Order: sequence, then structure tokens, then C-alpha cells
Amino acid sequence: MYRIKEKSRFSENVIKLVVEAPEVARARKPGHFVIVRCGEGGERIPLTIADADVKAGTITLVVQAVGVSTRKICALEAGDSFTDLVGPLGRATAIGKRDGKVVCCGGGVGVAPLLPIIKAMKEAGNYVVSVLAARNKDLIILEDEVRRYSDELIIMTDDGSAGRKGLVTAGVEEVIKEGDVAEVVAIGPAIMMKFVSLLTKKYEVPTICSLNTIMVDGTGMCGACRVNVGGKMRFVCVDGPEFDAHKVDFDEMIMRMRAYDPVK
Amino acid sequence: MEKECNEGRNARWREELRNALPAKERTAIPRVQMPTLSPEIRVTCNDEVNQGLTPAQAVLEATRCLDCPAPGCVEGCPVGIAIPDFIKNIQRGDNREAARILKMSSALPAVCGRVCPQEKQCESKCIYHKMKKEPVAIGYLERFAADAEIAAGGVSIPDAHKNGIRVAVAGSGPAGLSFAGEMARRGFDVDVFEALHEVGGVLKYGIPEFRLPNNVVDAELDSLRKSGVKFHTDTVIGRTLSYDDLLNAGFKGIFVASGAGLPRFMNIPGENYIGVLSSNEYLTRINLMGAGSPGHDTPAPLGKRIAVIGGGNTAMDSARTARRMGAEKVMIIYRRGESEMPARVEEVHHAKEEGVEFITLASPVEYVADEHGRVRAVRVQRMELGEPDASGRRSPVPVPGAVDEIEIDLAIVSVGVSPNPLIPSSIDGLDVSNRGTIVVDEDMMSSIPVVFAGGDIVRGGATVILAMGDGRRAAASMAEKLLQDATC
Repeated sequence: MYRIKEKSRFSENVIKLVVEAPEVARARKPGHFVIVRCGEGGERIPLTIADADVKAGTITLVVQAVGVSTRKICALEAGDSFTDLVGPLGRATAIGKRDGKVVCCGGGVGVAPLLPIIKAMKEAGNYVVSVLAARNKDLIILEDEVRRYSDELIIMTDDGSAGRKGLVTAGVEEVIKEGDVAEVVAIGPAIMMKFVSLLTKKYEVPTICSLNTIMVDGTGMCGACRVNVGGKMRFVCVDGPEFDAHKVDFDEMIMRMRAYDPVK
Repeated sequence: MEKECNEGRNARWREELRNALPAKERTAIPRVQMPTLSPEIRVTCNDEVNQGLTPAQAVLEATRCLDCPAPGCVEGCPVGIAIPDFIKNIQRGDNREAARILKMSSALPAVCGRVCPQEKQCESKCIYHKMKKEPVAIGYLERFAADAEIAAGGVSIPDAHKNGIRVAVAGSGPAGLSFAGEMARRGFDVDVFEALHEVGGVLKYGIPEFRLPNNVVDAELDSLRKSGVKFHTDTVIGRTLSYDDLLNAGFKGIFVASGAGLPRFMNIPGENYIGVLSSNEYLTRINLMGAGSPGHDTPAPLGKRIAVIGGGNTAMDSARTARRMGAEKVMIIYRRGESEMPARVEEVHHAKEEGVEFITLASPVEYVADEHGRVRAVRVQRMELGEPDASGRRSPVPVPGAVDEIEIDLAIVSVGVSPNPLIPSSIDGLDVSNRGTIVVDEDMMSSIPVVFAGGDIVRGGATVILAMGDGRRAAASMAEKLLQDATC
């Protein structure tokens, strides 16, 4: 079970895995995530599902090596298996025809979970503008796939090595200024979602973000993933992972994500 | 049932046991003391604190039981175990029969003998109280008989003629396991689906090894497997497999035992600081994920001065775990007095022996953090006891102006849980209360006739034994319904 059928590499630290998980492939919708475990003493790691093939019984995961467990996952090869994989978890994205353009912006590996949303938003009849951002050209992932389902694509890099030089917010602001934007979907590092949210709040454009907090069980039991949304305690694993970005306390969330960083 | 019990009591050997020693001499025997590991040793390891009675101790304790004609203990037991029947079998040395009697009413006697609040149930109704003496140690004896059976290796598997009807169980905690055992015994094909990567629910992720060793749980799971129950981990009912998937797969009945879920917090300032976490998170990291032990990747929340907020069993488990994880100072902070604590008396006693401090009549009002957002203190409001509240316990009222700051580096919040929201939110037409519990009738049937439910998903937050009782009741009524449907 949970055998890796294909592995490919986007960059030194970012890989794509196609994993056998037929039940998850069948049940998943855009926005859902899974929890995987690698090895008997392995941590439970939440990963958003990037794609699924019901017929082949596989799901696609994009993983960036940042810690002990993600490095273990990135060291897996085709033919290896996850010890455990459970899902789909979380609430699916609310897909539907919006009254105006939908701007989908993704930063870093956040583009992976964004892709199924772009696809579904397009299929629901929306005019989709995608804004991809990364530090440099090599870290832009899934560009072709995103282009295929987007009416417009803007690429932003910190160093200008691909697309235009600048932050994701510059790209998003430009689209908003053109007018007729009904909704923004932002997925990426917490700090990026925070700034997109601040920007769209200024323009009063409804914005959805997908949070990637620390989790243990991922099934509504431990409370590690709690976030402050509109002054209320919400749990990312069962109430999210998507929330109204304008109501999320990003500063607190960013602080909480450092809970297990080594104390300096 | 009643008649059978009376016949049991009238059996010749029982009469002989009763007549062998005058009641006066039997009641003069002091209650057995459970052999325990010394507190100094146990805070350095995870070994079980209670070592179990020796056979001689068990026989002597069983001799104390007066074999009452109308035993109060049975009424005090939520699942009505024929207590004198099993105790007298221990006295005459037939531990296997004692275990068989236990199994007739309880799927997990080795577990219940360890975690039931006996002092509030069976033992509270013991005749010895009328003589101002300590009750028979029913819990210790239950554990003795169950352990003896496991040690002997030949766990009795009730014979069952397979009826070919498939039933599914969501959740492998006490309610689910008890239901599974009962249905297998009745000949049903039982598949248990567990969301986590390990079977056992709260028995594995919640209750620590030093109170309930995993090998005890595993022995119970093995006996269920031998009786034909199939377990599937990593499967969330309502997500991985939908309600319709289960029906399409041929399941005729579904028992939802998905348990407690979301931890409750107190809604006070600073509760989201780093180092403030739920007891669920703390215990899951350490018990289920092995955090802090070699070869395990999950980080452990460590602290030198730890506050555990709450007075229940989970609070005691967290505090005692914290001592074992090397905390120098562990404080239970509880808003009522010690006599109002819901925890088992034995857990409070063990916690104190292990050096856990009790700060009662104090309730956190705020957490204080350093510049990195790491908790460094908890401010507590001192309380005094006022009039009894709805629960009959004297309710705490704040002492004006009495707020103290206690320096801590970790806070474990153990003030209860809400039902797990996953299943209630994923089955259309399921009647759910505004507290998030699944609404069931007295037969444990939900608003959907093929869906039954029990344990914390129905009760909100209760005990292992009540969850098991629900599983039994649900099994009895679902079995009757499905067998009726099958013959129609």
C-alpha cells in the first residue's frame, strides 16, 4: 500500500511523488490534504494533494525538504512506500462560478495545492488569472500545468530570473487594479499569504488562504493546528485548511509555527 | 439472568466457601494493598505502576467478599458484571472461569480492571462500607483474573456460527472494540476502521503505558482478531470511505464510535502562546508518536516547570507523564478543591507520590509569554468554594483581588474535549445535537436506522467503561434488528 509509482524533481529540495492510494484518489477534492508517515518512528506530516488520477488510483504530492521528516520523504524513491497515508482530510475548496475574475496566487510549493483549485475554478466557468511567485526561476514549479488551466499567467521572481522581478503582491495588485476581480485564492508560505491578505483587504477583495500549521493527528484531536480566525479558535485540520484570509491572525500563526524550532 | 446468578450463588461449592470461614473472620481481613513500583523508580521509566496482585493476595482478597445475596456491587457496575460470581471463582482457584464470567459482560476486563473508577462504581456499593470498612478490591481482582487468562495464553474465544452479515465500525477505541467483540460473538463479520495508524483509540494515544501497558491492549486486540474481527488503519469513515461506500461494500450496519475530538480550551488571553497545548496533543505526541524516545521523529514538548490545568484522569496522566519526561516541577492547577476532583482516587494518590504538586482552588486567567511568544508564566485567580452547583459539587467563586503569577515553561490544558466533528459532519441526515454529539435512542440507534453510535461521540466525554457499555448495548440491538431483517 501507498507505494510510490513515480518520483521527479522540481529543484534540489522540491520533489513530486505519484503515490498509490486508490481510495484517497477517488474521494479527494481540491483543497483536501493527506497525512503521511515515513518509517515506524515517523512523524505524521500533512501534505496537500496536488492532483489525483482515479483510474490509476494515484495521488500526486509535492514535497519540499525543510525538516527531518520532509527530508526523509524526499529521500524516498519510486518503488518505496509510505508507512502510512490517510485522507482525504480537511474541507474541500468551495468551487463555483464567481461574479468576476478569480486570481489564484501561489508561492513556492504552494503552487502544488493551488493547481487543482485553478483547474476546478476554470472548469466552473471562471476567468482565472494565476500569479506564481518564487525566489528564482528554478523554484517556479508546475508552470506548464498552471498555464494550461489559466486564462492569464503572471510569474514573479525575487531576482527577475523568470517573469517579472518583484513580489507576488505586485502581480496581484496589478490584476486587481485592472478591475473585475471577484476572489483571490492565495496558497504559499504564511508570510506571503499574510501580505496578499493585507493587500486584498485594502481593495476589499474576498480572499481565501490555505493554512499549513503544525498538526499531529490531523483528524480533530490534538488542537496543535489551532488558529485565530475572526477572534475565534478554529482548527485547521477539520475547520480548514482554507479560511477567509482577512480574518486570520497570521502573526500568531507564524509565531506558533516556530513552536518546535530549537530554542536559541 | 437473575435466575442464573442465583443458581450460581446456590451452587454447592459457593455455599461451602461461604461456610468455610465465619463472616466475622472474613471481614477482619484487611483490604489488600496493590504492590507498586516505588515512586523513585517509576518516574525514571514507563513501567506499569501497579504490579498486580499475587495469586495468594487475590485469593485472600476474594475471601473477603461476603458473596451477598443481593450484591450492591453489580448494581454499581455500568455493565452489570456478575461480580461475586467471578470473585468466588478466584477464591476457589478457577481463574479461567472468573475470566469467562467477566467476558460475558465486558469485552476488555484487563483494561477495565486498570482504568475504571471503581471507587465511584462497584466498590462504592460494597457491603463493607456499612461496616465502616474498606470495600473489596473488585478492580484489582478483575485485573487479576483477566491478566491470569492472558498469561495462560488461552484467551477464551466465544464460539460463533457465522451468519454472513457484514457490519462496520468507525473507531477502534473502547466503544468500537466492545461492539466488535459482541458482534463477532454473535456471528457477524466485523470490520473496524481506524483513522490513526494504530488500533486502540484512547487506550493507545491517551492512557499512558505506566497505567495501561500497550501489551495489555494488544492482547485484547489479538483475541478480537482471533474471533474474526478485521482491523483497517489509516481509514477515516466519512472521508476515505463514505457512508455510501460502506453500504455499497455490503455493510448492513454501521457503528460510529469515533470518540472525543477537539480539545477544549478556556478562552483566556495567551492560550495560543508557544508552550500552551492540550493534553490530547501532549499525550498523543508521547504515547502514540513516541516523542522524546530514540528513533522517533515527532518532537516532544519539554519543560522544567509545567502546569497541568484540570483535575480529571487526563490531567493526572499528563502530569505523571511530564514527571517521566524529566520536568522538575509539575503542578496540577484545579479550580475546585481536591475532594471535587473527577480523577480516580488512585491516580491522585500516585501523582502525589511521584512529586506532582496540587494547586487547588485556582483557575488560570491569563498566560504570559517572553518576546518569542513562548509561555513563561500563568496567572491564576484564587477561588473559594461556594454553594453546590448543578453537578452537586460546591462551585468555585473567585476571591476578589487574589491573582498570583506562577512561573512555568509549559502548560498542558486538560479541561475536556468536544466530540469528534468528522463523522457527524459527513453523513447526510444524521441527527446531531448542538453540542456536536450524535443523537441516539435507548438502543443506540441514530436518526438513520442502519447507523448506531456510542461512546464519547454520543456522550461528549465519559469513561472507558461507559463507552464499552454503549458498544455492548448497540451490538445487542443492532444484532437483533439485522437478524430480524435477514429472516424477513
